[in-house]
Amino acid sequence: MKIQRRTVLKGMLAASAAVAAPPFLRAQPASFKIGLLTVKTGPLAQGGNQMEQGILTFLTEKNNTLAGRKIEFISADTGGNPAGAKTKAQELIERDKVNVILGPLAAFELLAITDYVRDNATPLLSIAAAEDVTQRKANPFIIRPSATSAQCCHAMGDYAAKELKFKRAATISEDFAFGYEQMAGFQRVFEDNGGKVVKKLWPPLVTPDYTPYIAQLSNVDCVFNGFAGSNPVKFMRAYADLGVKYKIPLLAGWTAMDDALLKSLSDEAIGVISAAWYSSEANTPSNKRFVEAMQKNYLTLPGGYSAGMYVAGQCVEAAMQMLGDKADDRTALAAALHKVSLTDTPRGAVKFDSYGNVIGDVFIRRCERKGGQLVNTVIKTYPNVSQFWTYDEKAFLANPVYSRDYPPAKNLE
Amino acid sequence: MSLWLTLAVNSIALGGLLFLLSAGFSLIFGLMRIPNLMHGSFFMLGAYLGVTFLDKGVTFWLAALLSGVAMALIGSLIERFLLKRLSGQELPQVLLTLGFSFIIADLCLMIWTGDPWQPATPAELRGALQVAGLFFPIYRLAIVAVAVVVAIALWLLVDWTRLGAKIRAGVDDPPIARMVGIPVSRLFTLVFALGAGLAAFGGVVGAPYLSVYPGMDAEMLPLALIVVILGGTGSLVGAFVGSFIIGFLFNFGQAMFPDLAYVILFLPMVLVLVLRPQGLFGKVVS
Repeated sequence: MKIQRRTVLKGMLAASAAVAAPPFLRAQPASFKIGLLTVKTGPLAQGGNQMEQGILTFLTEKNNTLAGRKIEFISADTGGNPAGAKTKAQELIERDKVNVILGPLAAFELLAITDYVRDNATPLLSIAAAEDVTQRKANPFIIRPSATSAQCCHAMGDYAAKELKFKRAATISEDFAFGYEQMAGFQRVFEDNGGKVVKKLWPPLVTPDYTPYIAQLSNVDCVFNGFAGSNPVKFMRAYADLGVKYKIPLLAGWTAMDDALLKSLSDEAIGVISAAWYSSEANTPSNKRFVEAMQKNYLTLPGGYSAGMYVAGQCVEAAMQMLGDKADDRTALAAALHKVSLTDTPRGAVKFDSYGNVIGDVFIRRCERKGGQLVNTVIKTYPNVSQFWTYDEKAFLANPVYSRDYPPAKNLE
Repeated sequence: MSLWLTLAVNSIALGGLLFLLSAGFSLIFGLMRIPNLMHGSFFMLGAYLGVTFLDKGVTFWLAALLSGVAMALIGSLIERFLLKRLSGQELPQVLLTLGFSFIIADLCLMIWTGDPWQPATPAELRGALQVAGLFFPIYRLAIVAVAVVVAIALWLLVDWTRLGAKIRAGVDDPPIARMVGIPVSRLFTLVFALGAGLAAFGGVVGAPYLSVYPGMDAEMLPLALIVVILGGTGSLVGAFVGSFIIGFLFNFGQAMFPDLAYVILFLPMVLVLVLRPQGLFGKVVS
């Protein structure tokens, strides 16, 4: 922020006015600053743009005023890499002096700045999913209102084993941490309920054609995929083109069947069952407003990236209300964010565990065509799902973090 | 058995697509002596243009042709007004193409947003051939047919026309070609436009199965590079053979040694660079 002469003059005027004005006008606090770390260039820009649309929708709805404070919104483009995230986080904290940061998008970006935001005592509401950020390496300044990588996949594993009665599953996801953590969560719950994961495939992040992997999928009851970004579009088309879709049902994580992705998909997506923490169909008043505004302003059905930021905005508002005129105390704000409990958000009720991770509903959806449009119809809701699923928190944390090798896949063939 | 058959057919399909991408790259590399780092961007921009034409109700193949023509025009303008100014300075030329690849990537992001686009497969080529319980998507077989037609057309052009003779002369020895009165600089523009157009055409043809998304440019460029280094710069036969070799290595490598997928893809390139730096079909340039 540049200090201009006009700003200074205004400040002086305001100061002199404050002396003369009646007392109720004197308590006009400075604006509250929200910084967004997002990605607007490069391959991750799709999700990054949606994040910005989500928070802007929220702030517009609130007339740029939260808990009586004027909001100054500052958006920073990290370029989708850890170095960029660090630089932009420094700009937001040291130059702009923001009260709170929303974002960043990717796990490796988040990991690059977790220590930095703690050292600088600035609360951060993340959408990145890296498990340990709210588990073994939990940090009092980081709150996650979206979900950990495995939070929805636990539910998917449960649904696949108990309701769909699948016995043998194959998993396929990108060869990076988000993929490992998702597949591990699915495998753990699926196998604890009598299923077997007999094949795990890891295509590189950049794979122009998934045929070599899809050709290896046979003799299983279902395939669970955890692709993200534009990869699920390619994967599902190849899955249908090769005819596998008609033989083996496809299950998906939230990024692979995000509602915002539906407009890029076609018949190949019909019948895919996915687990997600947000559904654009959710029947809450705030979700109705949110979906309507997103469709009006951005001509798109919102998905998790934009909903995540809308919810993050609601959490900030709730924490500010809790603190009243102490909202500028960043440490108190971080503590208040942990205590936020909301009943009406686009994703349903939201509260947080002591590690700063959300406890909220997980929806199982089936993709269908309704009136010409693809929709993810909710077929089951798992209420109040925690990042630890039904496992004991202490025992959960005593294990290593989910990875490519943990929990070990004992049933591979 | 069925796995191998599916992979083999798919290898050929990917090879066909890679040929559309790398034929122009190879000619540009051979003639102008620079790797055109915009080539992946041409592929992506072409695919985006094609998607837009399709949206306007143009038929698929016409959209591919239109996109190719539009890209050829853009390519010739870039060559005529920018690359030409730097003629003979290879490093600045390469940097210029690199810079343009970033500009194109950001322009695409602004115009077509970050959402992935996947046009529907042309209706007449939808579906799959079912042989012995195996699915062979008809469209991928069609890509091979298109690639073969393009290959034959290029071969006729380069080996049997006067223009082709000039291009070959330019590839072999530009100073001598100039000396005998061949307008090498006009050839540069022509070949650059041809390469850009082919890449864009390939982008549209590939779109129903690769889809179009930001970052696609950076995925396709290395593939074109390996194909051309393997086959030899400026050699169409090299690009053709190289494309299918890479198609097979890509498919079988990823299926059999997924952890080493990229090693397998790049290893032959390294070997060729060590043992036969001019590529399998390239000529030694003095």
